[in-house]
Amino acid sequence: MTVKHRTHHLWHFHGGLKLEGHKAMSTAEPVVKAILPKRLVVPLQQHIGDIASPVVNVGDKVLKGQIIAENNSYVSAPVHAPSSGTVTDIDNFPTPHPSGISSLCMVIETDGEDRWAEREALTDPRQLSPVELRQKVRRAGIVGLGGATFPTSVKLNPGPDSAIETLIINGVECEPYISCDDMLMREQAKALILGCELIQYMVSAHHCLIAIEDNKPEAIHQVRQEIEARSLHNIEVVVVPTVYPSGGEKQLIKILTHKEVPSDGLPSDIGILVQNVGTAVAVHNAIYLGEPLISRYVTITGEGVQQPRNLEVLIGTQMSELIEQSGGYHENAAKLIMGGPMMGFTLSTDHLPITKGCNCLLVENTPEQTPETMPCIRCGACATVCPAQLLPQQLYWHASSKNFEQVQDYHLFDCIECGCCSYVCPSQIPLVQYYRFAKTEIWNQERERIKSDHARVRHDFRQARLDREKKEREEKLRKKKEMLEKKKQAEAKAAAEGKSDAVDPKKAAIEAAMKRVQEKKAAQQKPPSDSAEKPSGDSE
Amino acid sequence: MSILIAVITLAIIAGLFGLLLGYAAIKFRVEGDPVVDKIDALLPQTQCGQCSYPGCRPYAEAIASGEANINQCPPGGETTMLALSDLLGVEPVPLDEEHDREPVKTVVYIDEQTCIGCTLCIQACPVDAILGAAKQMHTIIEDECTGCDLCIPPCPVDCIHVKPVSVDQNTWRWPLPENQHTAPQA
Repeated sequence: MTVKHRTHHLWHFHGGLKLEGHKAMSTAEPVVKAILPKRLVVPLQQHIGDIASPVVNVGDKVLKGQIIAENNSYVSAPVHAPSSGTVTDIDNFPTPHPSGISSLCMVIETDGEDRWAEREALTDPRQLSPVELRQKVRRAGIVGLGGATFPTSVKLNPGPDSAIETLIINGVECEPYISCDDMLMREQAKALILGCELIQYMVSAHHCLIAIEDNKPEAIHQVRQEIEARSLHNIEVVVVPTVYPSGGEKQLIKILTHKEVPSDGLPSDIGILVQNVGTAVAVHNAIYLGEPLISRYVTITGEGVQQPRNLEVLIGTQMSELIEQSGGYHENAAKLIMGGPMMGFTLSTDHLPITKGCNCLLVENTPEQTPETMPCIRCGACATVCPAQLLPQQLYWHASSKNFEQVQDYHLFDCIECGCCSYVCPSQIPLVQYYRFAKTEIWNQERERIKSDHARVRHDFRQARLDREKKEREEKLRKKKEMLEKKKQAEAKAAAEGKSDAVDPKKAAIEAAMKRVQEKKAAQQKPPSDSAEKPSGDSE
Repeated sequence: MSILIAVITLAIIAGLFGLLLGYAAIKFRVEGDPVVDKIDALLPQTQCGQCSYPGCRPYAEAIASGEANINQCPPGGETTMLALSDLLGVEPVPLDEEHDREPVKTVVYIDEQTCIGCTLCIQACPVDAILGAAKQMHTIIEDECTGCDLCIPPCPVDCIHVKPVSVDQNTWRWPLPENQHTAPQA
């Protein structure tokens, strides 16, 4: 059957690079499940937002897919046990992060049974409302699997003001070497399409575009076939040319719709929602199968590994085990990168767990060389390739001299850190590092500012409290003094009026006090009396 | 005659403007000194008194009145000094040599085994970050502590210690690339 595919009109984004793909090396073999590890180290922060707190204890038995940590805050995602076993530790362990700082993880000794917790599979999800489905997506711990790891349920709720018209499913996978999305589309096209329909239903998007780069003909074929088999009219595969970074959210929107996302806005502001293909499949698994996000496709590739391939990996599996299952390191392996060569970061060890956001382990064979950085010659090559239409030179200038205000005037936060500028720089300046430096510094300043504002409020409050206490003390003192003054005046007055016959106010006070004491005693029904009590308090 | 008209006209105009200005001065009167607020907003609010003024606001007032220099805030470091020089339009002044360029943020903690519950530190804390009562153990609310160290000297048993603020993955900062020999001066 030959079908004429509608050709979707495409636009270009500014700049970009044509890069060598290196993808074929890891797509030869079908994806298999990685061997069930004996020990899983599951980080509790695998998403953007608040860290999940453990809901099981050390020593507890957990089942596959059971929630082991969660957080009630809106921007967060629960974490599930990737396999059945026993929780043996909850502590800080190294996780893949450029800082190398450890974070809270849960260690599960697997029992080898891989026994599932109860799964609630739905056959007809459309009986549920979008809100209920979104709740299920949240409970399944789904985050953006393209690498940003933003909680998907939040993204699926763009708010009442922004109606989503177009759903874009991102299967571009523009970064060299990485092929996990490619393999996912080839092997799970049906789940992908069902997932797309679900997301479309949840955000009531009119139509859905699945964008795939033209270097993945098999994935394109599989997905198209699936769409045709189900004769869907509002889902369309759009083949985009292979240019890096077409997979960037804003770049892809520009290619497909010619619209631009506002500088400090979101795609939902212009009626667009972008989701990764992996996320769409995860949504399908969560709704139709009742399976939370506990595994993902990971590409293990590069010239430094013996048999590059893709594996379906449980979250928390150690990277070293995956390298082993890919034939181990080549003797010339030199550098382990999480992610791709452009945007990934170097890892210092392979004893780190796979997280939800880990799409690729790249082993390079070129030794880590610190390129001889030369002065900037103002050639402008960086500005030519910048897909965000920024001025990388100016950003570099201001970032390196810590002019954090100017660097924001040049829209630092529109930088997607794609690395095109560093790639083309003839002076080998590590430009992106400067931008990352500036970004984290600015965030830090913001945190400091909030903290100091808070301290000011507390200090002012304390000051006010001390002042108030002081005033209250003074007031008391003043009142006492006044009383005394009055008494004295009255005394003097009395003394002046009638000298002898007038009752001495002091005496009167004593008498009154004694009377009061007697009354009190009578009221207490005659306790042992001591009438010689000194009523000194009133006479002062 | 015409000169009289001119003089009268000008006098009337002058009178009108005088009234207008007088009205504006009352109507749009600025309470307090806005410069002090602006300076105060840039200071780190540790309230540590290392500037020799009793707190950040008094220091801000001193700067505004020209009494104090802008380089007297060790916790703020160079960043604060530069921000102040920017705000006030004065030349940057190098910090005193004894202060680091990039001050390390610290907080204090109480060795709870040693604390005798004397409340002296509670009285010293400028931001009420210490919790405790007489003859009860005291503890620092770490999130509220500004690292001013004012509680350390009053402690009779030396149970308050300084520690650097711990960095986690969310507060970690990328370092500036090392190959800085090409760093331009803006």
